[in-house]
Amino acid sequence: MIKTWAVVILCLAVLALAAPALAVDDGGSLVIGRIGDATSMIPMITTDSASHEMSGLVYNGLLKYDKNINLVGDLAESWQVSPDGLCITFKIRKGVRWQDGKPYTAADALFNWRFMVDTKTPTAYSGDYMKVTKAEAPDEHTFVVHYKEPFAPALASWTLAQMPRHLLEGKDVRASKLNRHPMGTGPYKFLRWDPGARVMLAYNPDYFRGRPHISQVTYRVIPDMATMFLELKAGGLDLMDLSALQYRRQTNTPFFKKNFVKYTYLASGYTYLGYNLADPRFADRRIRQALTYAINKKEIIKGVLLGLGQVCTGPMKPGTYWYNPNVKRYPYDPAKAKELFAQAGWRDTDGDGVLDKDGRPFEFTILTNQGNSYRANTGVIIQHRLAQVGVRVKLRTVEWAAFIKEFINKGRFEAILLGWSLTPDPDQFDIWHSSKAKPGQLNVNGYKNPEVDRLLEAQRRAFDRAQRKALLDRFQEIIAEDQPYTFLYVAQALPIVAARIRGIAPAPAGISYNFTDWWVPKALQKPAMTR
Amino acid sequence: MSAGGEYRGLGAQFAHNLGGNRLAMAGLVVVLILLVVALAAPLFCPHDPNAIDVEAILLPPSPSHPFGTDELGRDVFSRMVMGSRVSLEVGLVSAGVATVIGVILGALAGFYGGWVESAIMRFTDMMLCFPTFFLILAVIALLEPSIINIMAVIGLTSWMGVARLVRAEFLSLKQREYVVAARSLGAGDLRIIFRHILPNAMAPVLVAATLGVAGAILTESGLSFLGLGVQPPAASWGNILNQGKANIEIAWWLSLFPGLAILVTVLGYNLLGEGIRDALDPRLH
Amino acid sequence: MLTYLAKRLAMMVPLLIGITFISFLIMHLAPGSPTDLATDLNPKMSEIAKERLTKLYGLDKPLPVQYWNWLKRLAVLDFGRSFAPDGQPVLNKIADRLPITVTINLLSLALVLVIAVPIGIYSATHRGSLFDQGTTVFVFVGFATPTFWLALLCMILFGVILGWLPISGIKSLNHDQLSAWGQLADYARHLTLPVILSAFTSLAGMSRYMRGNMLEVIQQDYITTARAKGLSERLVIYSHALRNALMPVITILGLSVPALIGGSVIFESIFAIPGMGKLFYDSVMARDYPVVMGGLVIGAVLTLVGNLLADLGYALADPRVRSS
Repeated sequence: MIKTWAVVILCLAVLALAAPALAVDDGGSLVIGRIGDATSMIPMITTDSASHEMSGLVYNGLLKYDKNINLVGDLAESWQVSPDGLCITFKIRKGVRWQDGKPYTAADALFNWRFMVDTKTPTAYSGDYMKVTKAEAPDEHTFVVHYKEPFAPALASWTLAQMPRHLLEGKDVRASKLNRHPMGTGPYKFLRWDPGARVMLAYNPDYFRGRPHISQVTYRVIPDMATMFLELKAGGLDLMDLSALQYRRQTNTPFFKKNFVKYTYLASGYTYLGYNLADPRFADRRIRQALTYAINKKEIIKGVLLGLGQVCTGPMKPGTYWYNPNVKRYPYDPAKAKELFAQAGWRDTDGDGVLDKDGRPFEFTILTNQGNSYRANTGVIIQHRLAQVGVRVKLRTVEWAAFIKEFINKGRFEAILLGWSLTPDPDQFDIWHSSKAKPGQLNVNGYKNPEVDRLLEAQRRAFDRAQRKALLDRFQEIIAEDQPYTFLYVAQALPIVAARIRGIAPAPAGISYNFTDWWVPKALQKPAMTR
Repeated sequence: MSAGGEYRGLGAQFAHNLGGNRLAMAGLVVVLILLVVALAAPLFCPHDPNAIDVEAILLPPSPSHPFGTDELGRDVFSRMVMGSRVSLEVGLVSAGVATVIGVILGALAGFYGGWVESAIMRFTDMMLCFPTFFLILAVIALLEPSIINIMAVIGLTSWMGVARLVRAEFLSLKQREYVVAARSLGAGDLRIIFRHILPNAMAPVLVAATLGVAGAILTESGLSFLGLGVQPPAASWGNILNQGKANIEIAWWLSLFPGLAILVTVLGYNLLGEGIRDALDPRLH
Repeated sequence: MLTYLAKRLAMMVPLLIGITFISFLIMHLAPGSPTDLATDLNPKMSEIAKERLTKLYGLDKPLPVQYWNWLKRLAVLDFGRSFAPDGQPVLNKIADRLPITVTINLLSLALVLVIAVPIGIYSATHRGSLFDQGTTVFVFVGFATPTFWLALLCMILFGVILGWLPISGIKSLNHDQLSAWGQLADYARHLTLPVILSAFTSLAGMSRYMRGNMLEVIQQDYITTARAKGLSERLVIYSHALRNALMPVITILGLSVPALIGGSVIFESIFAIPGMGKLFYDSVMARDYPVVMGGLVIGAVLTLVGNLLADLGYALADPRVRSS
């Protein structure tokens, strides 16, 4: 008898001790600093990350990514791909409501598809949705899409933010109130947007997963990194992305250690030096490999990223399921570079320090876009190193729109220094397939390799992950051999968060994937603003 | 006539007036120093201004780097010396372009009068309506920020003051006897404009041009500050300041020294310009 | 008086047309079109989508047609819609931001007047004194200082080190919860640095100009007459001399409108103020043609208004102007 009581008391004691750890407080507020303002709160008609982020908490997609960057259901509680890969059936979760109380049904999903393929919708993302030959909503909780041929990236496309049919159907999207004041099914309700200044959101008490803990979220737009950092120090912000210098040199004081926590994880994107393969010099693979050997990537990571990044070996993100680490590597080796140049017929015959062939010196211009100091500095370091092996490089920055229209689209460049941001789906068709090597398309340097073409086509049709990975592994091997780009680096994301925010759990997907689980202990909550 | 009773020619009188103005002389000294440094820049660089050193990023001033290092470990002092060339080039050429345009338009307007003058002055008024920086920003951002474009754009947007000045001078000067005489002797219009009237109108133009150099240097640094000026790896005071802005807390030397350099240079040109104006003003002597 | 006003307004019309023409010309100097930013180098783009956008925004028509269409709509104050995906009417976008810029500039001008005029007068009446020499130095240094540099230094000193003033935006996060007085004070604290710095260079110029004018006026015959009549020095200076010296100052104030508006670009970027300067800069970068042209035109119109007000002030003060 006493033993039983002892056990009970023990259990209660354990629970009591554990309770504070399990107890999560609701309430509090969080202020996030961002450089760019949103352009509209209807994300699919914009292309800037700010618009997608700031409206992101208001919406859900049919699917979403979990902490390991795997697709899981969001508004769809399950889905099924037919054996022939031509049909996907989504089972819509029951009981989900729009923030104005109306129910979310498959009719909404159907509307959102129609919206994306409508010619009157000014969106840049219609490509994936146009592959759907037929979409239907046989009942309120079933949504079916049909494709002409199996399309593995299809699932990723259904993370599409779902907009309310009853507010948008039949209306001109550009005149819609949803541009300034969105409404969705998501964890946060939109309060207001002061353009150029801030976006304010408040928790949705009826969110289908339960209310998010933090009551109020504000995005503050501060166009300057230095100013944003000053605001962080002054307590006006709780979260921002640091630059490498800020991370390394400005956030190590006792003040910072006490009041903030820094996180770092690999970002989803890489920076590269792309060569125009129509240029006879760059058409020769040995030249491209030589240039890659001549560039000291570790130095760039040290100098530009202050060590906060990794060498990039190919077009996939390191550490993910799809990444193939067993590809040819190119460590810094100027001697090897010179050897390869010599094999291709380039030597310094006139002693002026510059390689030449048939009387012409080896010089070319690297183009990059204005406004990106990481890239500008990277360019300068590349220029410096290539000069040491006898290649003369000129650097030129061009404003973005002109860059695209005048140089990229018309193929009027020798080399470009740019980056790609990577979506979680590994489909690389648009960038590397030979059919995309046309003006205005994404295969900007004109890469054409029949084996790569085959692999890319096949992986698009492969719903089976292991099969798809095998194809993509081979693809990465070939790219590493061919070096159509000199892959430079993958940077780390460097968010810093106020120490009072709890619940942050860094994972391959970053830290924001579980934003709704973040919380602030009661005692540390700042007063939330009321309307 | 000077107080001592000696007779001096106009040029000598001018030099005497200017020489007596201590502030103007200080300005002249600054301008000359800048000129020397800019012309013989490589001699003044303790390090190669383009030498990258990733181990020495953003170091504070020290004996080996008197002005510290920048984001890529390059010596700031050497870069500022090279930058003086850019500032000088942009300043002189922009002011030159503005002056030439202004003189031509002002001369034509003042000399011919009538619809020519109306048209030119209307155009001048129109250009003066635009917030200049808006114009410059729009044009530079739409073309590319190369040195040539910057010089052209600054020149093309700052000629209005000179034009008005020159027109006013021409209006009064064209009534003078020597002009009437030249005309009666059969001199052509262009000859009268360039040989007779213009030389006498140059005084205020000289002042405006000198002050214009200062203004152009400030504008270029403003553009570089916004990232639309001279592009790296070329060094200019403005773009070092841009790095200074980005690293304002940890690299005060990147903000302080180029800002001071701009200040001293612009001050020098302003003092010189004001000094020239005072030296030419008969009422003050 | 009314005829004077009417005449001035009539003279403004050709100026306005010229302004629109120059604005339009400038925008089309550039390579690159608005759709480029929206579609290209985005892995989710497709060719069809891009063509659709071009048609949607009417960018495939020849230039003169585009200009004429734009001009026609301007006449009814329709500045068109922004090319940005939010598609807001340009006039709304500018109207959203204009009050802030105008407020800062007006406060700036007021500050300049309040400080520069007394300095100018005192320097003129105490010519050669230590004060005069000191302010002369200050004026010259003020002219030569890059104001954005000064802005950064002030931000660090007052914002970070001393913590007296906020350094970005125009209101605090808890602005809406403050009392009316509290809100006013909040605005005041946020606008202090921008207004003072914005006034800084104008301050130098204006006090110099004021001094110069006063000096000229003091030497005039009517001042000598007034003194000879035995009027007190005070009356001489403030009643007679000042009125005459003030008038050119008013003109200069009107003329400094374009400089202030242009300068707002840099200030608004540094202090993160959602005003017209920042809007203009962002629109230029994004090739948002309608907003840029709207900004150029409205900026120029504001200047014209400034000039007009200055002229009116002149006419009010000086009857000779009215009758000419």
